[in-house]
Parts: sequence; C-alpha cells; structure tokens
Amino acid sequence: MSILVNKDSRVMVQGITGSEGTFHATQMLEYGTNVVAGVTPGKGGQMALDGKVPVFNSVEEARTETNANVSIIFVPPPFAAEAIIEASDAGVELVVCITEGVPVHDMVKAKRIIDQNGTRLIGPNCPGIITVDECKLGIMPGFICKKGNIGVLSKSGTLTYEAIGQLVNVGLGQSTALGIGGDPIIGTSMIDALKLFEADPETNGVVLIGEIGGQMENEAARWIKENMTKPVVGFIAGQTAPPGRRMGHAGAIVSGGDDTAEAKMRIMTECGIAVCESVAEIGDKMKTALNNN
Amino acid sequence: MKIHEYQGKDIFKSYGIPIQDGYVIDNIDEAPATIKKVQQEFKTEAVVVKAQIHAGGRGKGGGVKYSPSTDVALENAQKMMGMKLITHQTGTEGQEVRKVYITQAFDIKQEYYCAITLDRSQTKDVFMVSSEGGVEIEKVAAETPEKIIKVWIDPLVGMKSFQARKLAFGLSLSGDAFKSAVKIFMKMYACYMGTDASIVEINPLVLTEDDQIVALDAKFNFDGNAMYRHKDIADLRDVHEEDPTELEASKYDLNYIKLDGNVGCMVNGAGLAMATMDIIKLAGGEPANFLDVGGAASAETVKNGFKIILSDDHVKAILINIFGGIVRCDRVANGVIQAVKELGLKVPVVVRLEGTNAKEAKTILSESGLAIIPANDMKDAAKKVVGAAINS
Repeated sequence: MSILVNKDSRVMVQGITGSEGTFHATQMLEYGTNVVAGVTPGKGGQMALDGKVPVFNSVEEARTETNANVSIIFVPPPFAAEAIIEASDAGVELVVCITEGVPVHDMVKAKRIIDQNGTRLIGPNCPGIITVDECKLGIMPGFICKKGNIGVLSKSGTLTYEAIGQLVNVGLGQSTALGIGGDPIIGTSMIDALKLFEADPETNGVVLIGEIGGQMENEAARWIKENMTKPVVGFIAGQTAPPGRRMGHAGAIVSGGDDTAEAKMRIMTECGIAVCESVAEIGDKMKTALNNN
Repeated sequence: MKIHEYQGKDIFKSYGIPIQDGYVIDNIDEAPATIKKVQQEFKTEAVVVKAQIHAGGRGKGGGVKYSPSTDVALENAQKMMGMKLITHQTGTEGQEVRKVYITQAFDIKQEYYCAITLDRSQTKDVFMVSSEGGVEIEKVAAETPEKIIKVWIDPLVGMKSFQARKLAFGLSLSGDAFKSAVKIFMKMYACYMGTDASIVEINPLVLTEDDQIVALDAKFNFDGNAMYRHKDIADLRDVHEEDPTELEASKYDLNYIKLDGNVGCMVNGAGLAMATMDIIKLAGGEPANFLDVGGAASAETVKNGFKIILSDDHVKAILINIFGGIVRCDRVANGVIQAVKELGLKVPVVVRLEGTNAKEAKTILSESGLAIIPANDMKDAAKKVVGAAINS
C-alpha cells in the first residue's frame, strides 16, 4: 500500500530535457521509479536519459502512447502553471510540481482548474513524494529512507530529510514521505494528505511538519482531533521568526493572529498532537507516541 | 516587493483611479517651488506633507502632516526630510525619510478601508471594504469583524459588477458616490491583476465634502516571482529601503535576513533554517540571522554566506547546518575550509553535516587541521555553538 505512488506508478517527466529535469529523472530511474515518458514541446521523437525514455511533444501524446498516470514537472517558473493545466487537461491523475517561484496569480487559476478536473496536485515548490523502495517522484535523497510504517508530511524539503534521518536513527522506517510545499497556493493540503495516511494500512503514525504563516496546520490539527486514529507528532518551524518578514518560503510570513508558531503549537497540542518544542525531538517523540498508542 | 505611496498613486492614475495628487521631492531646496506648484495646480491653499518610506503607520509616527498654509507646509517638509521616522513597522531605529510627497488636501466627509489580497484558505482573491477607514484594520478585524465586507473572486471569471455593487452598498454609499465607488473597485481589481500584486490597499479611500471618492493612500506589495513580466514595476524598487547586508546577500542569491542575536547560522532550506534558529534559542542563544543557502550550495555560496554573516559585528559564533540531498556535504566541507582559509577563523565555527557524502565531509574537516568544531546532530550543534558564543 503506502499513499499516492508505488511500484506500479507510470511516471512522465515534464521538462525532461532541461538540466534539472535530466538530473532528477536520472536519479529517479536509479531509485527504481518507473519513468515511462518525457515531455518537451518541440523535442518529440527524441530519446532522453541515455536512450531509456521516449520524449513527446505534449502531455496528451505521452499519456496516450505510454499510459503514464502520474507526472512530475521541472519546467521554469513562467511556464509551470501552464504545465500543471496541461497535465490536468490530459487527464493525468497525479501531478507533482517541483518548480520554485511560480507566480501566485498563475497558481490561483491553475488551482481552480485542477479542482474542477479532479486532478491531484502536489506542490509547487516542493521536494515531491517518495514511497520507500518503490517510487521516488521528487528530488529528495532516496538513500536516507528506510522502509517502514511512518508517514512524513511537511511543508519544507530539508526538514523532511531531517525528520526521516531522525526516524531512521530511532529504528523507524517510513511508508511514504511527502513534501507539500511552502507556497501560499498549493495543490494538496495537510488535511488531504492526512486522510490518505489515515486510510493507508501500512502507515501506523504520521510526522506532521509545518511552519509559520497561514492556517493550514490549525485546520489539520482540528481535523486530526475529529478523525485521526493514528498517532501524530508535530513540529512548527519559525518560533524565532520576526513578524512581517518572508522567511524563504513565500507562505512563511507571520501576519498576526493564529499563524505564529506559538499559536499553532498550542492548537496542535489542544488537538491531541504530540508537539515537539525542539526539532531534535521528532524521532524520539514518534517512538514514544507509537508505544503509547 | 514594496513601493512608495507616490509610485503606487502613479499606477492608480494609469488605471483611472482618482487619487489625492501631488509631487515628490528628494531635496528640501525644491520644497518652496513644489508647494507653490501643488497649490496652483490643484487650486488649494492647504496641502498635505507626507514622508515616503515603505513602512506603514506613518501618520501616527508624524510622517503625514496637514498643512493649512505655505509656511506650515514648508516647516513640515523641512522637519520631515531626513528625519528617522519610527512606526510600529520600522523597528526602534526608524527609517530615514529621503523623499517627501506634497499633495492636495480635501475636506473629508467619510473614510473607508479597501483592499484586495489572496485568501489562502479559500484559494481565491478576496476584496474587502470597511466603513472603518483610516485606522488599523487589524483592530477592526479582531474587534468588529462584521464591519468588514468581503467578496471572493473566481479566478477564471474575474470580478463582476454585482460584487463591486455589494461592496459599495455595504459602505452605505448612494447616488454618484455609489457609481463612482463601483467603478473604482472594478479598476482596483484590474490593477491588482494587471500588476501581479499580492496586496493592493487603500486606507483611507475617502468621500469628500463635494461627494467625490478619492484614494488618499496607495499601498502595494508585489509578487517577486512575477516581476520578470513587469520590468516597469521592478524598476520602482528603492534599495535605500532595504537592509544593506540583505541587499548584498541577494546579489549572491542568498536568502538572508538579519536578526538581533549573536549566533550566526548558515543552513540549506528555509524550513530547516528556521528550525535551526529555533533550536539555537532553545539552547539559550539568540540567532543573528536567517540564512538559506538554497538547494545548490557550492563552495562559492558557502564562502559568500560566511562573508555576509561575518559582516555583522555582533556575531560571536557560527553554526553551519547542512542536510545534504542534492547538496553534497563533501563540497560544503571544502567550501568551509576554503572560506576559513581566505577569511580567517575570527569566531568559533560549529559544523553539522548530514546526508549525501556526510562521512567523507567529516573526514575532510577533521583532516584539515582547522579548529572547526564538529557536531553530531542538531541538538549537539546548538549546544556547542551557544556555548562557543558565550565563551568567545
């Protein structure tokens, strides 16, 4: 089981002939991901990744020819939202957009279209998804993961790696690790991902990593309280971030109210989540939470 | 990206939104002639003198002065130019006023608030108005939320007139003022979309004694990621309003924000960088900065990051925390050694490297003979760097 992707996922790479696309698609292949197609308009008919993967001119063509059902996007920011819409239009079920720096107005429109078409989007500006030992659909280092039963869900890339590293150190493997991205508009919310982890028989617990800005962590916490049977360990980055400043992620800016780290940690605790005050506690807290469950 | 009020009003003007107009000066010698020009052109004796800084709350800080006569206007302009204006958004040091805007004055019957921005939880833009203009809208939102009227805009259809009418009715406007407000709201939305703004705010929008609707202020924030398609707006950037070190860091594509503490930190990834600042604080220290070296940290980025951190005299120790994914730790280690050799080891440096090629990196550092303090994990690293900062 696991969530979203597995060894049967048939992956296409939008922007496969660009430097980022080539590099990461190669890494994905090496991890064992079933990369079946690439898309670069104007380069249809060529072969990418040392002759291993056929390139098509459009997502529609790639989907028809190879039956790819998921797509990962590495195209530059000005064209990323359109790439998402193209994939959605062609009926791709799951789209992961790695691209950082997509204009927000473009994403608002793209989000409206994918919602209408029922496409699931992860990102943009995210590290992607990895189902350990089966499918890597992203840019994370696969070798740090170990197969197991913890789901990892995070807004941040390197904090996902930190959480995975700590879990492995305390002897806990992962089912699927998922970075949903730190932009103001993202395709899949924490609640969306939590629903999948709750329903997945291979996941026994979830690490939930958020940061300052927005209300998503609070909404997730309230959902967890009402619906989640599996233990959740939480962490919020940005306790020391000054208000009004953008800390790297466009979404990581405190505008007041319940979007500070303090407020989010309080709400999460009230909702029964085991909240880590320090990032260094994630692994240990998960171990304790599993034992208590 | 932010801009000044007078620049925002120029944009409003180009969209046909009526503004409180005027001229801006950056040299006090131009004040007498400019005041006269505003008085003649807008047929008014009274003018308003307004400090141009990016921070909000200017009125309360003494940066907006109604001036009934030429002499008072001149006196206000002289006081304002060059002053350090302190508002709730500038911090205690204040922001130097380098430009003063002299505008026409109106007799005001009523003040309103209006703004467009993204509502993240609805994933739509929201247009908000309130009859409680001219004051801190955060307060209105917290205490009397029913006084804020909102409409959410479908991104595929855009704002529709019925929505603008709902807003104008909500402000109890009637007659020509109502018609004028509806037009202004539609134009504001066109302006928000057309400039890739992340916020367009008018506070206050006023109803004058002769029933005109006029924008007295113009606040914009733009999506930096979209500025590639708005070169004219990107050119409005005023580097004087930015921290010089942050500006320098942006030249190297480093994401740096200066803070008040004494423990410098260099991290890959924004989330991990914030978490590193947090754990420094938990260990009893105060972070001196936020610094995300990004996904492709090379020897060169590490060196530049070092330079930026060391340009802050308050820094007593540095923590380098890298979780290598695409970034290879051995390359980071070589970058650290190169930076230390070139710039000297002025303060203790604690290094924590994990992920891709971490083992090789640790060997490189320990064999370098440099007094770099290795750390095993984040907790260990935070403890060591805070200890080093106290002792150095």
